Amino acid sequence: MIATESLSKRFPKVTALDRLTLDIGAGVTGLVGANGAGKSTMIKILLGLSPATEGTASVLGLDVATSGGQIRERVGYMPEHDCLPPDVSATEFVVHMARMSGLPPAAARERTADTLRHVGLYEERYRPMGGYSTGMKQRVKLAQALVHDPQLVFLDEPTNGLDPVGRDEMLDLIRRVHTDFGISVLVTSHLLGELERTCDHVVVIDGGKLLRSSSTTDFTQTTTTLAVEVTDSDEHPDGTGALRAALGARGVTTQDDGGGLPGAGHIVLLDAADEAVYDFVRDTVADLGLGLVRMEQRRHHIAEVFRTGHEQHGQRENHEQHEQHGHHGQPENPSGRPAAPTTTPPAPQTGGAQR
Amino acid sequence: MTAETPPAHGAHGADASRIHNIGYRTYDGPRLGRAYATRSLYSQSLRGAYGLGRSAKSKVLPMILFGVMCAPALIMVAVAVATKADKLPVDYTRYAVLLQAVIGLYLAAQAPQTVSRDLRFKTVPLYFSRPIERVDYVRAKFAAMASALFILTATPLIVLYVGALLAKLDFPEQTKGFAQGLVSVALLSLLFAGIALVISAVTPRRGFGIAAVIAVLTISYGAVSTVQAIAHEQGGNDTAVQWLGLFSPITLIDGVQTAFLGATSSFPGGEGPSASVGVVYLLVVLALVAGSYVALMRRYRKAGL
Repeated sequence: MIATESLSKRFPKVTALDRLTLDIGAGVTGLVGANGAGKSTMIKILLGLSPATEGTASVLGLDVATSGGQIRERVGYMPEHDCLPPDVSATEFVVHMARMSGLPPAAARERTADTLRHVGLYEERYRPMGGYSTGMKQRVKLAQALVHDPQLVFLDEPTNGLDPVGRDEMLDLIRRVHTDFGISVLVTSHLLGELERTCDHVVVIDGGKLLRSSSTTDFTQTTTTLAVEVTDSDEHPDGTGALRAALGARGVTTQDDGGGLPGAGHIVLLDAADEAVYDFVRDTVADLGLGLVRMEQRRHHIAEVFRTGHEQHGQRENHEQHEQHGHHGQPENPSGRPAAPTTTPPAPQTGGAQR
Repeated sequence: MTAETPPAHGAHGADASRIHNIGYRTYDGPRLGRAYATRSLYSQSLRGAYGLGRSAKSKVLPMILFGVMCAPALIMVAVAVATKADKLPVDYTRYAVLLQAVIGLYLAAQAPQTVSRDLRFKTVPLYFSRPIERVDYVRAKFAAMASALFILTATPLIVLYVGALLAKLDFPEQTKGFAQGLVSVALLSLLFAGIALVISAVTPRRGFGIAAVIAVLTISYGAVSTVQAIAHEQGGNDTAVQWLGLFSPITLIDGVQTAFLGATSSFPGGEGPSASVGVVYLLVVLALVAGSYVALMRRYRKAGL
């Protein structure tokens, strides 16, 4: 989908991209970096709007330096900033944008209705956009990027300014853009927790340099840590404590989910190096008469790249990771949100019901 | 919560079959490309200049001004037909000069809405992330503004012409005058559109744009006509009067049409520029039109993305 070869962009005072070589395939790819890491510059170059100082780049097999127009016909772009005139309705606006992408008038109308429905805008699409909530505006912005059925979309910080629910919905939508619509996605964010959930592949850039590029599963391999959550019962008002005590009595050491965060104490962490431990925990919970809310394998978080990214990824990582689990959700976690267990994909072995 | 959606289908496996289940339809129809997109932008901007395709509120002002522009022509025609006059009360070329205040107001209201809206709401990057290039955007906007002005200024001329024919005035003479008038307002539309667009493209704030356009048009005209009048009073220095006309848009047009389009000058003393000075006028008009095009191109080099 996208390939760059020692791509550099230098401005008189700053180097935005520094000999970046990338190869991004189909699927959802996250582009992570702090503000000013060169994400937006890269999108501009890939759209053929800004010439690279050095190196080459191609999008969908077309050279960005010579085929910008063709690329832009088949690519969608959702900017980070607000870009919607308040006095027109979403329908009119998206129809206009569809025509600007080269769709004939009738097709533009049809595609607009379809796309707005897919992003979840219904009756409100006939109202002027000035009265929309941030969530609705983000949907319109996404719709105008998808309306011409591109092969690839660039989404620049699509979850900016959204509340947690809106963010979850947007992330689902992004995921669906690929799985249901068959459109590849390059999404930028500085929130790692989000990319972990949506992306197949994550590219981390820092100061215009490539820090790491690998599939999300590489970043988030499962660990041997098992997280267990149980309900309370009349007999055991503190179910978590009872489980902890029962497991302790049978020789299994447990930790709490640490960090001193409210609610974190309801998770029991233990080291499940072998399969028998799962059965053992299940039986223990059953004996206590508690409800098993969840039992899941903990995963690595992409955020850990920033802790360990500059070191060699060595054997000892697993060991370190194990210790670091005690710190999830603390402020140093660049994802900025507590590592809520519900957001990590459940491992196949998960027993119990999802909440 | 949403945990079920992302991992539920393994991202690679059942994609192809799912597309149809969910109802997303791909688009295989024609993509008409850059020229079509430019035309679409042109027609959208032109319609927008009269508030069409926008809220009812934004139709009010342009429509009122359009009415005000045409009303005198209708009255003149009615008078000419009723009184069986042997000529129209006003020349075709003179009409726009007489109603320049209306043109100025229209321009001040619509030029900022044509360009600074896109700047203010940062819609420009959306255009430039599509097949059109900077040059297409500038051309479409320039052409739309000039066309809108031409519609505003040429429609009353058409009214006058039709009225003149109804009143059975001399056909060749009227046709010649009408044609000269059309050339004149075409030139006026290009010049005024260029100047107003450059001014409005500088600021994303619509209010500033409106004020600046009005200021440039009226102050320059006020200054030029005052100084011309003084020069004329003090010893009838008509050479000075001629050259002073170069410094405001409407006197420029007046000068050009006096020199080449058989108009009577509205300069003090009624002495417009001679044919040789008229060439300078024409060159200045063309240079201003070209200059504003170049200025817009430069402006959008920075405003993109």
